[in-house]
Amino acid sequence: MFIVAMVGILLGMLIVIIRALSVHGLYDRLLAVNTFGTLSVLFIAVFGFMIGRTDFLDIALLYALINFIITVGILKFCKYSSMNNNDRDVSEHSP
Amino acid sequence: MSMILDVISYVSLLSGSIFLVIGSIGLLRFPDFFTRLHAASVVDTLGCLLIIFGLMLQAGFSIILVKLMLIAMLVLFTSPVAAHALAKAALYSGLKPWLNNSGEQSSNL
Repeated sequence: MFIVAMVGILLGMLIVIIRALSVHGLYDRLLAVNTFGTLSVLFIAVFGFMIGRTDFLDIALLYALINFIITVGILKFCKYSSMNNNDRDVSEHSP
Repeated sequence: MSMILDVISYVSLLSGSIFLVIGSIGLLRFPDFFTRLHAASVVDTLGCLLIIFGLMLQAGFSIILVKLMLIAMLVLFTSPVAAHALAKAALYSGLKPWLNNSGEQSSNL
């Protein structure tokens, strides 16, 4: 039954990659990269169960964290053009 | 008892992978960015949680159960937050949602 889950995850990854390589815009590609990261977390976890070594869950946990931080980091970079808040964009709404 | 747990785990793994494929197809086929965001984040989180629940039932009482629970809680808490951040950033940078069928597409930046 792990093979069925693995086939589903790989199929989802393929479809998301097609969306990530399209020419639609920044936020579409960022959403696709975030989804691909979540799918790869699941891929690592199920693969670890399939081959019997369960140490792969540490890698999956780490990559789930990295995926979230990367998404928010790229959004912050695209808004402010820097990683610190020294030069704030004056034309944006202040939330 | 263990056979009941096996059946529940298989059903959970199967339905989780089906939800993931459905969410990815929705990411490909929806017309607007905000609808794609909704499809990807909601359905993907559910598929993740179902697959991790199926793996938890296969693992039994061990340290692996705790690690899987940590991964599930992490995905449950961070995936909607990332989707909300994406939606807010897209809205504040001028991407208009596709409100009615008047023929004007949302401006894909």
